[in-house]
Amino acid sequence: MKRWLGLYAVAFFAFLHLPLLTLTVFSFNSSRFTKWEHFSLVWYRAIFRDPQILQGTWNSVIIALWATVLSTVIGTLCAYGLWKRNSRTLTGALYLSLVTPEIVSGIALLALFQWAFRWLHWQLGLYTVVLAHIAFCIAYVVIVVSARLRTLSPALEEAAMDLGANPWQAFWYVTLPALAPGILAAALLALTVSFDDYVITSMVAGVDSETLPMVIYAMARRGASPVINAISAIVTLVFGVLILISERVRER
Amino acid sequence: MAELRSSASAHAAQVLRYYFYYSMAPILELRKLVKHFPGQQAVREISLVIPRGSFFSLLGPSGCGKTTTLRLIAGFEQPTSGDVLLNGEIVNQRQPYERNVSTVFQNYALFPHLTARANVEFGLKRHRATDIGRRVREVLELVGLTGKETRRPAQLSGGERQRVALARSLVLQPDVLLLDEPLAALDPKLRKQMRVELKALQRRAGVTFLLVTHDQEEALSMSDHLAVMNEGRIEQVGSPEDVYLRPRSRFVAGFLGAVNWISGAGIRPEAVRLLPAGEVTSGDATSGDATPDRRAPGVVTGSVFLGDCVQVLVRLHSGEDTVAQLPRRAALFQPGDPVQLTWSAADEMTFP
Amino acid sequence: MKLRTWFLLPAWLSLVLLFAVPFAIVLAYSFLTRGVYGGIELPWTAESYRRLFDPLYLAILWRSFAMALAATALCLLLAFPAALFISRAARHKNLYLQLVMLPFWTSFLVRTYAWIFLLRDTGLFNTALQALGITHGPLPLLYNDGAVLLGLVYGYLPFMVLPIYATLERLDPALVEAAADLGARPLATVWRIVVPLSRPGIVAGSVLVFIPCLGAYLTPDLLGGGRTVMVGNLVQNQFTTARDWPFGAAVSIALMALVALVLVVFLRRQSEPLA
Repeated sequence: MKRWLGLYAVAFFAFLHLPLLTLTVFSFNSSRFTKWEHFSLVWYRAIFRDPQILQGTWNSVIIALWATVLSTVIGTLCAYGLWKRNSRTLTGALYLSLVTPEIVSGIALLALFQWAFRWLHWQLGLYTVVLAHIAFCIAYVVIVVSARLRTLSPALEEAAMDLGANPWQAFWYVTLPALAPGILAAALLALTVSFDDYVITSMVAGVDSETLPMVIYAMARRGASPVINAISAIVTLVFGVLILISERVRER
Repeated sequence: MAELRSSASAHAAQVLRYYFYYSMAPILELRKLVKHFPGQQAVREISLVIPRGSFFSLLGPSGCGKTTTLRLIAGFEQPTSGDVLLNGEIVNQRQPYERNVSTVFQNYALFPHLTARANVEFGLKRHRATDIGRRVREVLELVGLTGKETRRPAQLSGGERQRVALARSLVLQPDVLLLDEPLAALDPKLRKQMRVELKALQRRAGVTFLLVTHDQEEALSMSDHLAVMNEGRIEQVGSPEDVYLRPRSRFVAGFLGAVNWISGAGIRPEAVRLLPAGEVTSGDATSGDATPDRRAPGVVTGSVFLGDCVQVLVRLHSGEDTVAQLPRRAALFQPGDPVQLTWSAADEMTFP
Repeated sequence: MKLRTWFLLPAWLSLVLLFAVPFAIVLAYSFLTRGVYGGIELPWTAESYRRLFDPLYLAILWRSFAMALAATALCLLLAFPAALFISRAARHKNLYLQLVMLPFWTSFLVRTYAWIFLLRDTGLFNTALQALGITHGPLPLLYNDGAVLLGLVYGYLPFMVLPIYATLERLDPALVEAAADLGARPLATVWRIVVPLSRPGIVAGSVLVFIPCLGAYLTPDLLGGGRTVMVGNLVQNQFTTARDWPFGAAVSIALMALVALVLVVFLRRQSEPLA
């Protein structure tokens, strides 16, 4: 039994990882076809010569940074508040936000913005994407930070108050430092989730606010191009590194 | 001139009155304190006065309400009714950070991201104290931690962590230091040593200690006074001797130590001697107690050698199972030996 | 303590503004009429919901449901042995778990694109098969239901592994030993003892896979090539090309209702929290 399980496991992990690995391998193929010619960085260089890709990346970075900072702050405060006393409505609402299909969230936000723009005379732009990203990132942050909070003893805050700290000082000087690794892990998670989002972003992005996933999508729709392989390889590497850092930080 | 003298004396009288009142009001008083939780009456009316500068213990089994009482004093719970008075002032509504009491938590609750020194400074910084450096140095010397202050809690031993917790609280010069089962987290050998050190520390610091424990040995060995609690009420308050030798209820008697119940009276195993059946006088010259004038015949059912003493189990003819605790060099008894239990009427504990 | 009220306020505001209000608007739109130029107009009507029952659209709903079900079943079949393996591994358990989760944490778009790269006419599989002489022309591996199914399974497999692994970890190993002691062969033990006892994990994993698959948009869009229309694609289509917002809104509400139904039915049985 053990032997079969082991064999199966190998096949399973191969299934999970080979597609990405082959993508990466062929990103170094000089030919645009799937026959291996020779090692080349031509597609990587093409990335840096394409203004659309560069602009998209830049937009994605800006959006991800704003969305991460804001959702991490909101989510951390929320997780702390829930730790002190649970609100089933709020927890339910957060889980609901996770479970809602992305396309539905996307069109709902689009409807919101279009309706609001009747009065405000604004346009879709980077900021609408940031707002949309904050919406779905909060739940992720709350989950990660809550998990970390559960490892803290409530006696710590009691001790702080016993020694003269008011509730805010107890949070700021004692709980927050103890929470720091969890907050960092949550922020890294939010960063990757935000950077990778396509569905919601495509619904609420303005004309000039194309993100990298949108660029990739457009290229993929037109047919495969090795440039996408190269972008994919870079994105995978960056995400992988960020997530590994996040896991390490979480364990501390 | 007369006016000057009279105003000076009025001022002096006022100052004297202040000091008189200050030293007269108990440092901590609980008045008809009650605390109910949904579904549970944790504290069912407690009134207690803690003398200034004493080492006071709250002793009782788990669930008797002693920890709840401690939390009521510290301010983590609000009383359902009754009052907590510190230095004569009612402090029921005050937050923990507004009361001049400090708690040493059961697992110390040291801040893991701060060094020992930073832990000790924490309270002083929140109170915006001046002269932090000197005060920290002094308290670290007081608890014996000089040289270890740059370490984090994770790098300290259990005993050292306890000292940090003590230092952290003592540096604030609280009116009362509350200790929640402080020795429970230590291993047994260290516990005995810490009992002595804690007592000495209390003397040196001059601070009133209020200790909560379920270990009667701990309470007896360290306290100047103790209160025995059971099911939310105080059964008896007194000195360790009072409570141990003259318990006022069966519960207190049984909780403070082992008891032999013979015909409704209780006798401690160490107050009992054994004579072989048939002997009239006690050959035990080392007893030195009052002449044992009570006897009860029985049969030895077993004996346990405990190193510093021997416990002999005797089943009396009247049916009760008893234990006699004899000094090591007492005569040996085998199971089956017919014996007489002897004790002095003065050692009997009776209850209404 | 009033502090915690302040702490919860930003989250409340965000959720109300960015979820509750938008959904209310969508709900309202679903009862309105399509304007001539594609906007929203009065009068109030339930016409959009009536159109949902058109066989064409019912077919799409049904097909999405069936696709999600198939994907869930496949994920279960593939994930269970893997979870079993990890739970029985003597060392490196965490490493295996990370290996499972790692693909998930990289870009979903990239992972979906990987299958385009592999399955298309000039993709890796076809090139390899032709090079080996097994086939002479390209096989239509992409842009069909099968490709979508594959994409869905690949995308959500880790979601099935983790809950099952968590339940298996809590299983008392003595139970397996007892079964063996009583004469059960390994396969029988797994089938009769381990699987039934890991039901909470199976249910949790199934819910975690089924719901995203039900509302999938990107996978059928990229891998189905327009031929596989699931509910998600229908919604997106109504809000962009077809510009029929009321109908799109009605479909969205229907989708949310389905999701809510699945959650209510299955979470009643489950006692463990999602995270």
